[in-house]
Amino acid sequence: MNSKHAALSEKFIADEPRTNWHDETLWFVREKRDKATHGLPEWEQLREWASQIKNHTLSNLNAYLTEFEEKAKANGIKVHWAADAQEHNEIVHSIIKKNNIQKIVKSKSMLTEECHLNDYLQEKGLEVVDTDLGERIVQFRKEPPSHIVLPAIHLKKQDVSDTFHEHLNTEKGNNDPQYLTEAARQHLRSKFIEADLAITGVNFAIAETGGFVVCTNEGNADMGAHTAKVHIACMGFEKIIPKAEHLSVFLRILARSATGQAITTYSSHFHKPRPDQEMHLVIVDNGRSRQLGRADFKNSLKCIRCAACFNTCPVYRRSGGHSYHTTTAGPIGSILNPNLDMKTNADLPFASTLCGSCSNVCPVKIDIHEQLWKWRQEIVKEGYVSSDKKTAMKGMSYMFSNPALYRFVGIIGRWMMRNFPNLLKSKHNLWFKQREMPEAPKKSFRDWYIDHQK
Amino acid sequence: MTVALFIPCYIDQLYPKVGIATLELLEKLGCDVVFPLGQTCCGQPMANSGFSGLTNGCNKNFIANFSGFDYIVAPSGSCVLHLKEHLQDDKNPEKAHQIKNSLFELTEFLTDIIKVDTLDARFPFKVGIHNSCHGQRGLNLASMTEKNTPSFSKPEQLLKMVGGIELSYPKRKDECCGFGGTFCVFEEAVSVKMGKDRITEHEANDIDYITAGDSSCLMHLEGILNRKGSPIKTIHIAEILNSSF
Ligand code: SF4
Repeated sequence: MNSKHAALSEKFIADEPRTNWHDETLWFVREKRDKATHGLPEWEQLREWASQIKNHTLSNLNAYLTEFEEKAKANGIKVHWAADAQEHNEIVHSIIKKNNIQKIVKSKSMLTEECHLNDYLQEKGLEVVDTDLGERIVQFRKEPPSHIVLPAIHLKKQDVSDTFHEHLNTEKGNNDPQYLTEAARQHLRSKFIEADLAITGVNFAIAETGGFVVCTNEGNADMGAHTAKVHIACMGFEKIIPKAEHLSVFLRILARSATGQAITTYSSHFHKPRPDQEMHLVIVDNGRSRQLGRADFKNSLKCIRCAACFNTCPVYRRSGGHSYHTTTAGPIGSILNPNLDMKTNADLPFASTLCGSCSNVCPVKIDIHEQLWKWRQEIVKEGYVSSDKKTAMKGMSYMFSNPALYRFVGIIGRWMMRNFPNLLKSKHNLWFKQREMPEAPKKSFRDWYIDHQK
Repeated sequence: MTVALFIPCYIDQLYPKVGIATLELLEKLGCDVVFPLGQTCCGQPMANSGFSGLTNGCNKNFIANFSGFDYIVAPSGSCVLHLKEHLQDDKNPEKAHQIKNSLFELTEFLTDIIKVDTLDARFPFKVGIHNSCHGQRGLNLASMTEKNTPSFSKPEQLLKMVGGIELSYPKRKDECCGFGGTFCVFEEAVSVKMGKDRITEHEANDIDYITAGDSSCLMHLEGILNRKGSPIKTIHIAEILNSSF
């Protein structure tokens, strides 16, 4: 099976009513974001501040990370550094083993998804229960999340009902959201109570205090962390911000961009472990320092994972998260993933019309669509492009460099289009599959112009 | 005022009427229009496919044809944006620089340079406006729904000067049509779906025409409209601004 974006999205679109529903559901989120942001006169200023704080931090990362580590340690948090996904998973596993723990809950953390932590622990015979409702649903279904904020957005009520019927024994065919959420709540409650260890993500780590902030709408990070003996928070190193006062910018832009809420329901500040608790923080690189070294792509690390660029992306809305065949889909995924594996993800920067809407919504002002363009250049330079495409481009380049040849090809082309239109009406012509060909005029504009001058 | 006219390759070959309308319109407004005969393509098809390394020939040819003009005007936001961002000449950087500064998309040239405030045009039809992304978001021809900034639109400002016209926008005012250069074939399914959705929204406004500042968007929408046998036609904004019914 072809697992590239174009083929996977074609499969997705084959169910057109479902595609329409997916598109409209996410567009609704984009509209909520518009309402929340257009109501704030200082919105564009907040974006600018957020961008500048992040730029400054990325340029002084070393200092801020060191400061953060010192403060966090002084607070009693155990800090670990992981160079890559493997090391991250090993660290988490070693903490679990040392404490002899069996029951683990985890709130949403895109980093642990990126590192495939669940699979790793499962191989070691450990079960991790995802406690974010959407993540729990996709976990039951053994699917990856399709969206970084709304992991199960590709599923309809009916799908959730079927899944819960199978795993939670709910009534077959009962699609009532309230009934289904209540079932999930009861199920998760018992998991929280049983858990000995809670894993959470980190939205913001504050250098000056050594504390960190976790944002959720369900309170599931808190439920986990507040009951478990051990709390492990995992973060990519770009989550750092210099000062607590900077939260007054980031907490205002995050939820507005993500869902159109003024602020996430829970923005929980963790500073030190409870007296009877162990608190660990794993700070992960996993390709980030390589990205930091790429001048053109460095500022992709400003990302705060709000997913506004997903919701606005006309391609994402019509192709679904799984068509991006990576943990982080959407426009931001298409500029982060080539850094992790350029060959496998060579299709992603091309899965865009470069319309620029993503860059406009991005609350930290990442020039996403320009980076998509730049990745295309890199990918071609590295040779991850089909030889057919290369030959075609070379031919085109040669033709356009030679005006007389261009005109000659134009005359022949238009003549062929007029006289042998059926030649182009073939199944190999992807334009023609669902679109008519334009009509070829007898004269080009240049021909007309020359006649007109006479 | 002398204006050099850049007619992008696919307009030259497939939509000469757009070039003719642009030229006639500029002449009506008092410009001396020159069309450099050796022009071809801006290089965008290669660059957007990742082959900016293959655009040297296009750059050279463009510079050879368009050096030394005070104003260069093209009826395509997309090609203008590409040239403004990527035209280069390592041997003569000032030449490329001068061209970039002289280059205008048609509607911005009319509103900002000639400062047109009336037009002798009539187009008694219902027209849906499509915001072409590169003109709108790239060249700032109109305010964008994503941003919290005052609303304006250079194309709309001009269309409002046309007699008898009835204007409308689709529900999502500035969503991409899905053309996207080679995207339209390499991502055929998404491309067509995006176009179909734009058309559905325009249809809800019961229009006769869809207009835009880029013939590439219109070619894509026209292909879909014709396949479904729709009575809606596409028309470049230059043709409306130049029309007399
Ligand atoms: S790139 Fe910007 S819009 Fe997209 S998820 Fe990151 S912060 Fe949000």
